[in-house]
Amino acid sequence: MAKSGGNGTPMLDELEKGPWPSFVTQIKEAAEIKEQAQDLLKLLERSYHEKIGHWKHGGIVGVLGYGGGVIGRYNDLQSEYPSIAHFHTLRVNMPSGWFYTSEALRTICDIWERHGSGLTNMHGSTGDIILLGTSTDELEPTFKELTDNDFDLGGSGSDLRTPSCCVGPARCEWACYDTLHITNDLTHHFQDELHRPAFPYKFKIKCAGCPNDCVASIARADMSIIGTWRDDIQIDQKEVTAAAKAGLDIQKDVCARCPTQCMDWDGKQLSIDNANCVKCMHCINAMPRALQPGKDRGATILLGAKAPIVEGALLSSVLVPFIKLEPPYDELKDLIERIWEFWGEHGKNRERVGELIQRVGLGNFLEAIEIEPVPQMIAHPRENPYVFYDEYFEEGDDESEDDQ
Amino acid sequence: MATATEPRRTDIGPPSYERFLPPIIKKNYGKWKYHEILRPGVMVHVAASGDRLFTVRAASPRLLSITRIRKYADFADKYCGGHLRFTSRNNVEFLLTEEANIEPLIKDLAALGHAVGGIGNAISNIVHTQGWVHCHSAATDASGVVKAVMDDLHPYFAERTLPGKLRIALACCLNMCGAVHCSDIAILGIHRRPPRVQGGLNKICEIPNVVASCPTAAIRPANVDGQPTVEIDEDNCMFCANCFSVCPALPMADPLNDGLSIWVGGKVSNARTEPTFSKLAIPFLPNNPPRWPEVVQAVRTIVDVWANGARRFERMGEFIARIGWPRFFELTGIEFTKEHIDDYRHAGLTYKRSAQIRHGR
Repeated sequence: MAKSGGNGTPMLDELEKGPWPSFVTQIKEAAEIKEQAQDLLKLLERSYHEKIGHWKHGGIVGVLGYGGGVIGRYNDLQSEYPSIAHFHTLRVNMPSGWFYTSEALRTICDIWERHGSGLTNMHGSTGDIILLGTSTDELEPTFKELTDNDFDLGGSGSDLRTPSCCVGPARCEWACYDTLHITNDLTHHFQDELHRPAFPYKFKIKCAGCPNDCVASIARADMSIIGTWRDDIQIDQKEVTAAAKAGLDIQKDVCARCPTQCMDWDGKQLSIDNANCVKCMHCINAMPRALQPGKDRGATILLGAKAPIVEGALLSSVLVPFIKLEPPYDELKDLIERIWEFWGEHGKNRERVGELIQRVGLGNFLEAIEIEPVPQMIAHPRENPYVFYDEYFEEGDDESEDDQ
Repeated sequence: MATATEPRRTDIGPPSYERFLPPIIKKNYGKWKYHEILRPGVMVHVAASGDRLFTVRAASPRLLSITRIRKYADFADKYCGGHLRFTSRNNVEFLLTEEANIEPLIKDLAALGHAVGGIGNAISNIVHTQGWVHCHSAATDASGVVKAVMDDLHPYFAERTLPGKLRIALACCLNMCGAVHCSDIAILGIHRRPPRVQGGLNKICEIPNVVASCPTAAIRPANVDGQPTVEIDEDNCMFCANCFSVCPALPMADPLNDGLSIWVGGKVSNARTEPTFSKLAIPFLPNNPPRWPEVVQAVRTIVDVWANGARRFERMGEFIARIGWPRFFELTGIEFTKEHIDDYRHAGLTYKRSAQIRHGR
């Protein structure tokens, strides 16, 4: 088979050397059992020589009744690499937090041995299990076996993409809400939006349990849900002293690095001006045994992040400074639906919600989704005097009537 | 055949995570007290109940064969009661209750070629995209560059202590499926040749959609040999490739002109300083498979300048903010060029608008 040694892939073989685990070894492992992986290896070697990819997109492929979840791929040298002439990707919803049992993993492997290339990504950029490469004929049988085993497809195209989250309360003391539960709940609640593209473009939701944002929600999600708290940081003074004794320079490495300078250390006692704490997490990160987020926990909801295409990259910005997140999350779901309604009506083709906000203005967007503007939403008030006032008075207008 | 079939199952959503949580996590869910890093790649979480959960984090190429996943499953059975998870940076994590199992697991992982590491002030796995393995719009490979860079940075993953966290990401084109734009170091594939209009474009693409897809209005409707098509104002093309995403008859990939760029100083965490975008460090490096030596060297140089100069907890962007961009270019030896200066929307906000300059040494 496509083992090295025959030296059919001299450039790729170079990438089996060195200490980092090699993707080439992975393709070769799959090539021992699947013909598609053999052809993929040869085609990739060719790309390495020619310095160009050989994959085409276009055309809609999928499973019956779904508009997303399968990415159509074809190679542009089909007669030379026939077993990967079609090489479609299935995106499969991962369990929240990417937890698995060995049994569940083996089930997925067995399905993919029967129906696909034997190659996967654990996981794709959005968080799905990526089953990498199969033919059009195999899509429906793969889907049947996946659903028989309680797995379903993720999103693609102009739909809700699979929501994802950090490890949350499953294994992190800083989780300010149940990221796994809410991610699972939203994914199940919005199945139609996930599987049947009806938006102007994609919409991603990522749930981070604290402001460390281990799922990069503020950069990568149209809706970034970032855990936070609004009462006082919990301090264990004995553990603060222990951290200092263990070599942490609390004045220099903790207090001086606080973005609002709200901490003082007198060598015995750590005090925090909690009214000025912006919940950045630095002091808690530096002293996990001594400091904990407060007890009144919830999340900040931010909106609009995206990568550069089309109008430039954006970070999410604050929409709701603080919200309590408890099941069944009705307030959040209602907010999401109001956002989608306005975006669906006014968004242009391939315009993300962040770009729409840039185009119409955050103030107008807030008015449309019925949220009051608050100063937490801005870095600072406007610097330019070009205000678009909606109305003006004429001589003889009665101001008191206008106020009604 | 008209036999009754079972109803087709759809819209069932993912299986609940609760099915996959190990018993120790179910018991202590939301009741963790603190964690400690015991050694590179190994940490312990201590619950209010006193229970201790050990995590061993192992490197992964992300592109995995089912053969390798089955080996992970075997390790999970052998050491972890059949439980494991993956991280947001595509590492694999084994969750143990028995401290004595850590060493044998690490040995088994090493025998399979998976170092453990990437926890705390270390370089974790590189988040990356598909590249030439499976993508239609790639300007470079992804897995190959990542492999070459991580081979070189391996000690920073598995052994060394660094001043702070350093997150690297790679995207093989400006679509940025890896959303690399807020990374300490981002490696970004770029095209530099405008799209070439293929014959028969009107048969596979909607011309108004193609025209509307261009953010700089560089695409206009045209008529060639009686066929409707489009023409490209090449001077206005900034190589975003949005038109190619909309229309496969406008290919951008070109071996002579494709390559990589390096960006620095971004982060997503709110710790200390606010989340911020990465900024351009190197506009162009050549595609040089199989090991991309120019990219490996550039990343190594930037990492070392930071590792040697940063104060405790300082991320790349915080370090550069303290020393200033002129000093960053001086220390790294990277040439500053016209391409470093923004000329897109709101470019003026990136100009130096003060006289606060570090003159001399």
